[in-house]
Amino acid sequence: MGSTNSTLSKIPNVEELMQETGFTPAHIVRLYDRFEALDKEKTGHLRPQDFGAINRLAMNPIGDRIIGAFFSPGQETVDFHSFVRILAHFRPADKKHPKDPSMPEPVNSRTSKLKFAFQLYDQDKDGKISRAELLQVLRSMLEMQVTEEQLESIADRTIQEADLDKDDAISFEEFRKSLEKVNIDHKMSIRFLR
Amino acid sequence: MACRTCLWLLGTTFFTCTVRLVVEGTEVGATQGSHPEPGVVGSNHSQAGGGHGSSISGIQIVTFKWHHVEAPYLIALWILVAGVSKMVVELNHNLTSVIPESALLIIIGWILGGIIYGADKMQTFTLTPTVFFFYLLPQVILDAGYFMPNKLFFSNMGAILVYAVIGTCWNAATVGLGLWGCWLGGAMGDIDIGLLQFLLFGSLIAAVDPVAVIAVFEEVHVNEVLFIMVFGESLLNDGVTVVLFNVFDAFVSLGGAEIDAVEIIKGIISFFVVAFGGSLVGIIFALLISLLTRCTKNIQIIEPGFIFILGYLSYLTAEMLSLSAILSIVFCGICCQKYINANMDERSVTTVRYVMKVLANGSETIIFVFLGISAIDPAVWVWNTGFILLTLLFIFVFRFIGVFLLTWILNKYRLVPLEFIDQVVMSYGGLRGAVAYGLVAMLDENKFKEKNLMVSTTLIVVYFTVMLQGITMKPLVTWLKVKRAAVTELTLAEKIQNRTFDHMLVAIEDISGQIGHNYMRDKWHNFEERWLCWFLMKPSARKSRDYIFNIFHQLNLKDAMSYVKEVRATHKVRESHDNLILYLQTQDIVPSVCLDMHEQDLTMRESEDFNAHHLLQQHLYRGRKQHRHRYSRSHLETNRDENEVQEIFQRTMRSRLESFKSAKMGVAPAKKIQTKHQKKDKPQKVRGEGTFSPFLHVRPHSHPLIGNVMCMLIKPFRGRFSSALFIQSSKCGGVKMECHLVNIQKQKSRLGLLLLIPAFGTSTFKKGK
Repeated sequence: MGSTNSTLSKIPNVEELMQETGFTPAHIVRLYDRFEALDKEKTGHLRPQDFGAINRLAMNPIGDRIIGAFFSPGQETVDFHSFVRILAHFRPADKKHPKDPSMPEPVNSRTSKLKFAFQLYDQDKDGKISRAELLQVLRSMLEMQVTEEQLESIADRTIQEADLDKDDAISFEEFRKSLEKVNIDHKMSIRFLR
Repeated sequence: MACRTCLWLLGTTFFTCTVRLVVEGTEVGATQGSHPEPGVVGSNHSQAGGGHGSSISGIQIVTFKWHHVEAPYLIALWILVAGVSKMVVELNHNLTSVIPESALLIIIGWILGGIIYGADKMQTFTLTPTVFFFYLLPQVILDAGYFMPNKLFFSNMGAILVYAVIGTCWNAATVGLGLWGCWLGGAMGDIDIGLLQFLLFGSLIAAVDPVAVIAVFEEVHVNEVLFIMVFGESLLNDGVTVVLFNVFDAFVSLGGAEIDAVEIIKGIISFFVVAFGGSLVGIIFALLISLLTRCTKNIQIIEPGFIFILGYLSYLTAEMLSLSAILSIVFCGICCQKYINANMDERSVTTVRYVMKVLANGSETIIFVFLGISAIDPAVWVWNTGFILLTLLFIFVFRFIGVFLLTWILNKYRLVPLEFIDQVVMSYGGLRGAVAYGLVAMLDENKFKEKNLMVSTTLIVVYFTVMLQGITMKPLVTWLKVKRAAVTELTLAEKIQNRTFDHMLVAIEDISGQIGHNYMRDKWHNFEERWLCWFLMKPSARKSRDYIFNIFHQLNLKDAMSYVKEVRATHKVRESHDNLILYLQTQDIVPSVCLDMHEQDLTMRESEDFNAHHLLQQHLYRGRKQHRHRYSRSHLETNRDENEVQEIFQRTMRSRLESFKSAKMGVAPAKKIQTKHQKKDKPQKVRGEGTFSPFLHVRPHSHPLIGNVMCMLIKPFRGRFSSALFIQSSKCGGVKMECHLVNIQKQKSRLGLLLLIPAFGTSTFKKGK
């Protein structure tokens, strides 16, 4: 594995990465090892198949969506930087740093986390979760025996609850508002990425 | 109504006791209550029942032969009484959620003990060490081992060992030394005791008890890591306890003068021998069981018996070799789980599980009832305020200190640190129980003049921890937890989103991995797959196990496609294609419907939202975080998790293939699978799967598919492997399929992708390599 420093030196722009994401060098090294482990053909990039090889993801109803979130639209591969950037969303929020309005929003702030979650729903990237998109997600998360009518009724109800401007879609603001009581930091953080 | 039932049951119990007392008569035996069997001096009721005189004249039509059946009758009667007590205790759920069952059983034991004492003027039934250690404890521990969540256990093994070994040693030393110090200081008055005896007492009172821990944690739901820590510790600390007990016992026999460095070194060595030896014995027996179940195909009806017998033998063997019997039976259970579940017939597995639970639950009940009864015996009670109170204080305080200290050290090395609240629960949850009592009852009175004092103290400690700490555990946990979202107030959006978050977290955890590569774990996994499974599992079980990890996930679609290209499949059979899809969709997708309604749904019955919330409650996939791999004494998990996982897996694979196919064929992505209504009795309309997959978006160039390639998942249930394929060939109206077991990745996996290519031709089973 080599020492931390030697591994770090292999990664280009690692300082910038650490600044941007807030990961410690030890973390970066660990994630790099993981990246290399996934990248079986040593191309330096990950393709969907590499993610697909992770056994457990197939057992996850939204596994494929998450995989998709790693790839920017149009891109076929993920390099290490993008990999780390996405994972940085799941860092627990830094409680100590005061909010500095001049600095850009940290990757693991509540808003960024919510944006990530929002993008999982909003596949066509139009800034709204349409009824069809919501239906798609619901379908994948509910058991097979739920019929189409039941699905639609749930989707309708959900949109009714969350949709404030009555456009039959959920915008990011409405999404955020509907989740204001939820402790996002708790729900969307992985402790070992601290 | 409940009142009446309660009274009726209490009456029955009382009646049973009275019967027994009447039967025994008032003949007071000179024996004390430490028989191996709860037998008693019988009375002379063997006289002829019918006649008045004692002369035997003529034939007796009916005789009362008490002595004939005395021993088994009493045993059976006691088991019945214990069972009835449990029934009485469980009458009121509100009561059991406040006071743990174990505490209530002890109270009932007190009542019964009082009745018996009142009649007999001595305690004729007590929990004797022999009965406890040979007949009551093994099944409890076997149950713990068999149902142990292995992955969780082994991934936290380091921490568990630290707590079990170092923690117990710390507890023993501090309690022993503390008491000795206080005795020297005169806090206990004048008792005939010495340093070694204090240390011995410390060692037997230090150990956390598995029976008690489970009983309390049943009601208090804590996170799984915390649970496995306490549980694992309570099981593994037996190794330490046995060693310390024997060592100090020997030291006491030798006398203080004989102890020198050699003896101490021998003591330390004996720890390793006892602990590892015990585990080794357990593992050997696990191997035996697994091998045996490989061959029991023809005697499936008695298959389950082997598990219990061999488990018990492992316990006895370790005991015979003076190794740690508890460790032996625990490891026997832990190691053989996987293989016997794979080898045995489903019904045998179910039988084993249920019988195991019955035995364990029954034993536990009897243990607690007798713990109560044994207290009502003035002969053993010696009160020494200083000793007792100081013991209580020390075990409590030193437990806290020990846990916090060890956790502080451990947290430096752990990825996910243990939080403050976890540590508090762990310290508070260190309950002592029957094992301590059993050990103390085994002490020799001649060597230990103050045995009765120790027995009394142990009993008080047990009662204190089980009852007081048991009762206050739940309120403590609730109080410490900061925020708990009220379930009733969640909106639909929140519920869905919460579940999405759960799945998301699980997915990200899987992607980011815990540590890049866990070298040891991978090595073990490979070793286990190659050698152990080959050796210990039946061939048919081997093929079907672990479908997730073997078939498909070495999936390299590129290779699959190129393979297909080489195969000359000439015809497409539309019908069989649809049949295949039907098969995929309907095969075993029968998730068990959860019939009990969530309380919240009941309150919302009026509102229109009821339907939607109810649907969500019932049918949302639970995700791995909520798959409770918990150990529970009284509940058996249904197979719902497995079905759910299968369902998700099949859908994911199907959607990936669909997108792949449509990418190749240039068909619009959102192609719905039209299904014919099949003749089966399920009239449900199967939903089409909108395909979403990254595999679609980023693979514009794919290899040409020849024919319809469907990846077939063969559900890994014993024996159905072959039947699945036969179903297909019959469904396709006599057209036989060509099946190839493809080994996609050239390296290690034996089972690759199974491709079914509809073709006219004879079916051949070829294991392509």
